[in-house]
Amino acid sequence: MRLLRSVLGELPAYLWSGWGALCSLLLLLAAWQLASEHYGSLVLAQPLEAFAALGRFAEDGSLWQELLVTGRRALSGLALALLAGSLLGLAAGVSMTASMMSRPLVTVLMGMPPIAWLVLAMLWFGASDGTPVFTVFVAAFPVVFVGALQGTRTLDNQLREMALAMRLPARLKLFDLYLPHVFSYLFPAWIAALGMSWKIVVMAELLATQDGVGAALAVSRAHLDSAASMAWICAVVVLLLGLEYLFLEPLKREVERWRESGA
Amino acid sequence: MNNPSSAARLRVRGLGHEFVRTRVLDDIHFELAAGELCALVGPSGCGKTTLLHLCNGLLDVQDGVIDNDFSSQASMFQQPRLLPWQSTLDNIALGLKAAGVARRERQQRARALALRLGLAASDMDKFPRQLSGGMQSRVALARALLLQPQLLLLDEPFSALDIGLKAELYQLLLNEQAERGMAVLMITHDLMEAVRLCDSILLMAAEPGRIVARYQLALPALQRDDAWVYQHTAELLQQPAVRASFGLPEHPARPPADGLAGGLQVQALPSSPGLPRAGRC
Repeated sequence: MRLLRSVLGELPAYLWSGWGALCSLLLLLAAWQLASEHYGSLVLAQPLEAFAALGRFAEDGSLWQELLVTGRRALSGLALALLAGSLLGLAAGVSMTASMMSRPLVTVLMGMPPIAWLVLAMLWFGASDGTPVFTVFVAAFPVVFVGALQGTRTLDNQLREMALAMRLPARLKLFDLYLPHVFSYLFPAWIAALGMSWKIVVMAELLATQDGVGAALAVSRAHLDSAASMAWICAVVVLLLGLEYLFLEPLKREVERWRESGA
Repeated sequence: MNNPSSAARLRVRGLGHEFVRTRVLDDIHFELAAGELCALVGPSGCGKTTLLHLCNGLLDVQDGVIDNDFSSQASMFQQPRLLPWQSTLDNIALGLKAAGVARRERQQRARALALRLGLAASDMDKFPRQLSGGMQSRVALARALLLQPQLLLLDEPFSALDIGLKAELYQLLLNEQAERGMAVLMITHDLMEAVRLCDSILLMAAEPGRIVARYQLALPALQRDDAWVYQHTAELLQQPAVRASFGLPEHPARPPADGLAGGLQVQALPSSPGLPRAGRC
């Protein structure tokens, strides 16, 4: 509750600080416009054409429908990755042996290109929801896992000693010592995983499914419809930007307020 | 109201400790009664912190016995060791939270003590990073004192502070100690700090860490003034055992016998029946 009040209280100032970000986005739009004028609409649709296409999709309802399908897949994969990655990462961090053993495995997972997983997933799950969900999960999992692992391994020994000397009960140690520390590593990892899952789900859909934003992109490509392609890309990017800057970033600022250096 | 359990004491007998076959503590004997302030002085690396960790229960006792009848104890370390994600008030109240005291009450008590220890009302909601080093030390002291411990274990808590802050925190500590009658065991390598604060001084020597001499200071700490502290620190520095332990040159400016003449209250005592190595120094 206190958290919510604090976040809402700082929202106006935060939104006001967004003008700078908006300026750079508008510059990007200008560059897009210039490029499309140079190469012609067939290669790269103009921003206004793309927005018009986006408006049409919104009107016939396909925009919301496809976004919903894609969002559901991305979030299910992400939720699985957050859950499994956080829990296993914490567990591995507690034990020295487990963290040493898991390190190379995670490096292998991180180094494996998502497109390779996608090929495997298509073999295993076919054209079902399972393919994008699995690909998202397997790509986001190592990022979250490493965050949790590092959080647990880097806990300050002096604070641990202090907790021991003060005879803090286990519950207090967990909630006042371990979790806040681990969370400061986990949270950035979660955000990175979110960005990743959103990108990967579109890629997976493009190649493997009949619906969702990725599939719609595949159709527009087949029709050589540059405006529709750009419209879908805009929808995906705007949604991600909104989620990150309107929801996650204020939350992150609030829970990590103690990190800001004062005095 | 003072000395609720004056019979309580900390007894350490024949304590020894090894880290990977290196003997860091050997045959330590001492006793600390309620209301007594005792300093462990010695050169760096002589096992003072290990001894304190053993008393604190942070290490398991290998040889010997530690009898601790004090019903409660608190510690303060060289660094403040505050939880960076909690406010000043929550940091101070941490011990009470562990004891299950309700939030409103523990915050009230923490606030009252913090104000007494010289923290400002505006500091209460700040995070440790926003406080100066001196203020962080106050918070750490408040966190330890809020528990009203019968035994307070201090590990060079004032060594990083400037002399003005030190003097202020000494006074705060002595006032609290006199009011509650708690026992204090403190580590320091600053002889003047030991002479200013403590009733007895245990001198340790290194390799292996052992107690080589014990000095008593009769005048109550609150009645000592600067001149008294300087004089007695100087006298302590003349003691052959002190010079040997800290590796100072053997011949002091004044012969030690002079320093101890004239009915002064610094006296070297054997701290335990054994102490075979006292003569070595």
